[in-house]
Amino acid sequence: MKRRMLLLGAGMAALLTVGVARAQPQSVEVIHWWTSGGEAAALRVLKQDLQQQGVTWKDAPVAGGGGAAAMTTLRARVTAGSPPDASQMLGYAIQDWAQLGVLADLTPIATKDGWDAAIPKALWPFSKYDGKWIAAPVNFHSTNWIWVNTADLDKLGMKPPTTWDELVTVLDKAKAAGMIPLALGGQAWQEATIFDSIVLTTGGPDFYKKSMMELDPAALDSPTMLKVFQRMATLRGFVDPNFSGRDWNLATAMVIKGDALMQIMGDWAKGEFVNAHKVAGQDFGCYRFPGTQGAVTFNTDQFVFFKKGKDLTPAQAQMAADIESKSFQSAFNVIKGSVPARTDVPDTAFDACGKKGIADLKEADAHGTLLGSMAHGYANPPAVQNAMYDVITRHFNGQLKTEDAPKALADAVAAAK
Amino acid sequence: MSSTTAISPAAIPRQRGARVQLADLLPRLVLAPSFAIVLVFVYGFILWTIYLSLTPSRMMPVYRLTGFDAYHRLWLLPNWYMALRNIAIFGCLYVVFCTGLGLLLAILLDQRIRAEGALRTIYLYPMAISFIVTGTAWKWFLNPGLGLEKTLHAWGWTSFHFDWLINTHMAIYTVVMAGVWQATGFCMAMFLAGLRGIDGEILRAAQIDGASAIATYRRIVIPMLRPVFLSAVIVLAHMAIKSYDLVIALTGGGPGNATELPSTFMYSYTFTRNEMSVGAASAVMMLMTIAAIIVPYLYSELRERAR
Amino acid sequence: MRADATAVGPGGGGALGRAFIYGLLLVFAVIFLMPLFVMLVTSFKTLDEVHNGNMLALPQHWTIAPWLDAWGRACVGLSCNGIAGYFGNSIEMVVPAVAVSTLLGAVNGYVLTKWRFPGHKLVFGLMLFGCFIPFQAVLIPMARVLGLLGIGNSILGLILTHIVYGLGFTTLFFRNYYEAFPTELVRAAQIDGAGFWQIFRRILLPASGPIIIVTVIFQFTNIWNDFLFGSSFTSGANVPMTVALNNLVNTSTGVRQYNVDMAAAIIAAGPTLLVYIVAGRYFVRGLMAGAVKG
Repeated sequence: MKRRMLLLGAGMAALLTVGVARAQPQSVEVIHWWTSGGEAAALRVLKQDLQQQGVTWKDAPVAGGGGAAAMTTLRARVTAGSPPDASQMLGYAIQDWAQLGVLADLTPIATKDGWDAAIPKALWPFSKYDGKWIAAPVNFHSTNWIWVNTADLDKLGMKPPTTWDELVTVLDKAKAAGMIPLALGGQAWQEATIFDSIVLTTGGPDFYKKSMMELDPAALDSPTMLKVFQRMATLRGFVDPNFSGRDWNLATAMVIKGDALMQIMGDWAKGEFVNAHKVAGQDFGCYRFPGTQGAVTFNTDQFVFFKKGKDLTPAQAQMAADIESKSFQSAFNVIKGSVPARTDVPDTAFDACGKKGIADLKEADAHGTLLGSMAHGYANPPAVQNAMYDVITRHFNGQLKTEDAPKALADAVAAAK
Repeated sequence: MSSTTAISPAAIPRQRGARVQLADLLPRLVLAPSFAIVLVFVYGFILWTIYLSLTPSRMMPVYRLTGFDAYHRLWLLPNWYMALRNIAIFGCLYVVFCTGLGLLLAILLDQRIRAEGALRTIYLYPMAISFIVTGTAWKWFLNPGLGLEKTLHAWGWTSFHFDWLINTHMAIYTVVMAGVWQATGFCMAMFLAGLRGIDGEILRAAQIDGASAIATYRRIVIPMLRPVFLSAVIVLAHMAIKSYDLVIALTGGGPGNATELPSTFMYSYTFTRNEMSVGAASAVMMLMTIAAIIVPYLYSELRERAR
Repeated sequence: MRADATAVGPGGGGALGRAFIYGLLLVFAVIFLMPLFVMLVTSFKTLDEVHNGNMLALPQHWTIAPWLDAWGRACVGLSCNGIAGYFGNSIEMVVPAVAVSTLLGAVNGYVLTKWRFPGHKLVFGLMLFGCFIPFQAVLIPMARVLGLLGIGNSILGLILTHIVYGLGFTTLFFRNYYEAFPTELVRAAQIDGAGFWQIFRRILLPASGPIIIVTVIFQFTNIWNDFLFGSSFTSGANVPMTVALNNLVNTSTGVRQYNVDMAAAIIAAGPTLLVYIVAGRYFVRGLMAGAVKG
C-alpha cells in the first residue's frame, strides 16, 4: 500500500514536470525480449531518444526462447483485449498478426521518411502487408559468418578459408594440432544456423531459394541436399564430444580462449568478443562462411505497433519514426553488433566487422542474394522451420542416417505446410 | 481410524420449516461456488480445448469446425511418439522413485535420528526452488565437460564416464534424476507424517509376537500408509505431467528431440510453431490418458471407505 | 498417534545398524545439497573464474559483487535495478491467493466430509481431477475471461487465476484432514444447537492449525514459483519476481553472467526457502495430524 502511494506521488510529480502544455503524458508500452547486457544497452538508445521527445517508455520485457515467451505473453494480452503499444517481432509472425487485423498502419511515416527507398526489398514481404508498412525493421543480423581465433590460425600457418574444401583442410589441420576445430553449442537452432550456410555454399543462392524458401520437394529431396547432409556429418566430426546442450556463448568463449579455432555463428557473436576486450582483425577475424561471399542470410528484428484507435497515437508515430532515423540506426547497431536496416546510413561509427557487414549487405541487395535465414524464421513459417529443425537436429545427433535425411526433410516439410 | 459417518440433518431432532430447509441447502450452497469455478475454469476450458482441436487454428483460435485433421497430423509426428514414450518412462520412474525413496528416507528418519530437523530440511528444500533456477546448476553438473565427470577426472578418477545428458537414449533418465531430486523430500515428509500417525500399540504387539523389523514394515506399516500413497501419487503424477520448466531448463527437449514430453510438445506446437489445433489435440490426448489412469485409481481408493 | 519417533525393529538397532542408517542419510544429504552448493559457490566467483574453473571448486577470489548486482544493479529489461522491486509484486499476488484458496479449501473439505450429500464423492473426484489440467491449455481462454472482467493485465487477474487452479489441492488436503477428525465432537455440537458456521468456526477451525500450515506452504511454493501465468497476465512493472528472474537469467544473444544469475536465483528462492526452514517442523507436525492420511 505504501509503495503504491509512493508510486502515485512520484507519478504525479512526473506529470507536473512534463509541463502544463501537454494535455496528457505520452507513453509507449513495449513488449520485447532484449533483457540483458548489450541488447538492453542498444534498446536503451531508443528509450532515451523518446524520452528527449517527451515520450515515456513503459518497459514490458519477457525473456526466453528467442522471443517465444514474449509471443505467448502477447497472445494473452491481445486475447484479453489490452495489447501493448508496440512489440518486438520476428519474421512470419508479423504477417500472421497483420492478418488478424490488429497491427497499425505505418505507411504515413514510411512515406515521409523514405522507407521504400532505403529498406531493401528483401524485407518487404515481412514488413509490409497488403502494400502497407506494418513493421519497422531495426537491423540486419546475418548468420553466414565464421569467427576465427587469429592466433590459432597463425599457429597453423593457414589463411582464412574461402571455399568448402579449404575449410575442411583448415579444420583437419586444427584437429591434428590438438585444437578443437569447431566450437559448437548443440542446440537445434545453432545446428540449423550451420545448415543455412551449408545449403548456401553447396547449392548456391538459387538452390537456397528453391529449397528453403519455395520449399520445392524436388530441391528438398535431391542429390544436392544429400551433399548438404553429408557435409553436416563432416562438420560433426570436427566438434568436441561435449557439444550437446552447450549455450552458444560458451562455444564463443572457447574460441576467445583459443581452445577452439572457429565458430559458425551470426554476428551477435561479436558482442562476446568485444566484451572480452578482443579487437576485430587483431585477436579474431570475421569472415563469410566459405563459399558464401556475395550472399547474406539475414535475420531482422522489427517492431510492430498495435491499433489503439483509428490512427497511430502520437507516441507510437514518434517511436516508429525514431526507429528508422539514421542516427538511431547507427547508434543502435554499433552497440548490438548488427548492421542498419536502412542502406543509406554512413558506416563511420562501425568497427571492421561492422563495415564489412554493411558492404556485404549492399552487395547482396544489389544482386538479389539477400536471403532470409531459415534457422531464424525468415525463409519459411514457424511450423515449417521447426519441422526442418527436427530433421536437422536428429540427423546431427545421430538419430537419423545421412542417406535418409533428404527424404525425411521433404516429408517433414510437407506435413507441416 | 476415527469414524467418518456423515451427519444427516434428519437424524437430529429439530423444528421443521424453512429454516431447516435452508440448513439442508447451506452446505451445498457453500460448496457450490468452488464447484462452479471448477466446472467453468477446468471443465469448460477442457471443452474449449476439445473444440479447438477440431478447428484449423494456427496462431490464434479460429472457431470454424473442420473435423479431425489435427488428430491425423498429430499421429503422424515423430515428436509426438517420442513425447509419449518419454512420459511413460519419466512418469513411471518419477512416481516409483519418489515414493520409494521418500518412503525409505522417512523410515530412516523415523529411527530417532539426532539431526532429524536439519536432515528433513535438506531433503525438502529442493521443492522450494523454482526449476528455472536449479536447471542450470543440474545442466552443468551432468555435462561431462563441465560437471561431475570433469571434476572426478581432475581429482584422479579418470575412468569415470557419465554422459547421459548428451546421449540421445539416456537423456530422459537425467530428467528423471533431476525430477526425483526435486520431489522426493515432499514425499518423504508425507510418509514421515503417516508413519508418525501409526498407533504404537500395533507396532509393539508385532514386536512382542517376534516379527522382524522388515516383516513389520512390510506387512503392517506399509499397508497402513496406503492413503498416503494416494495423495503422493496424485501430487507426483500432476507434477510429472506438468513438468515443463524442468525439461526446458535441463535439456531444452534435446539432444535432438530425445527428451520431448507432452508438456513441451504442447507448448511448442501451440505457441512456438503456431499450430494451435495440433497443440490442443495433444492436450486432449494427454487428458484422456490421465483420466484413463487416474479415474480408476480414484474410484478404487474412494470406494474403499464407503460404509 | 505417536507423539515422537519410535524405532520399529530390534531395540533401536545395534551400533552397526545405526552407523549404516546415519551413513545412508548422509550420502543422500550430500546428493541433495550438491546443486545448492554449486549455485552458492558460483555466485561468489568472478565470471572469468566461472568460465575457466572447476564447477565444484571454491572461489579463488571471493566476491559479493554478483549478489549486489542481482539485488540492485542487474538488468531486467531496460531498467537496471535488480530484482529487489519485484518482491512486492510477488507478495501482493501470493498472500491473497494463498489466503483465499486455503479458506475455500477448508470450507470445501468441511462440507465434503461432515455434511455429506448424495454425489459428494463425484464432486470431490471432479474437483480433484481438475488438478491435472495443463496450464498451457487454459492460457488463452483465461486471458479472454480476465479481459472480459477488465483485469486482463493486473495482479488481481493473477490472484484470481491462482485461486481457481489451487482449489483442487487445497480441497484435497483439507478433505483428507477432516475425514480423520472425530465426528462425535461435531455431532455433540449439533445436538447443542450449533449451526453450520458455528461448528466450523468453533470446532474444526481451531484444530486445523497443522493442515492450514501444510496447505499454505504448498500453495505458497507453487504460486511463488509460477512463471507461465505470471508472464502472460501481467507485464512491465507489475510482474512477479519469477518473471523478473527469468528476464535476468535468460538472454538470447547477450553475455550470460552465470554468477549474477545464481545469486539472483537464490535471492528469488529466499522466501520459499525461509518458509520451508522455519515452518518445516510445523509442516511435518501438520501432516502428522492427519492431513494426507485420507
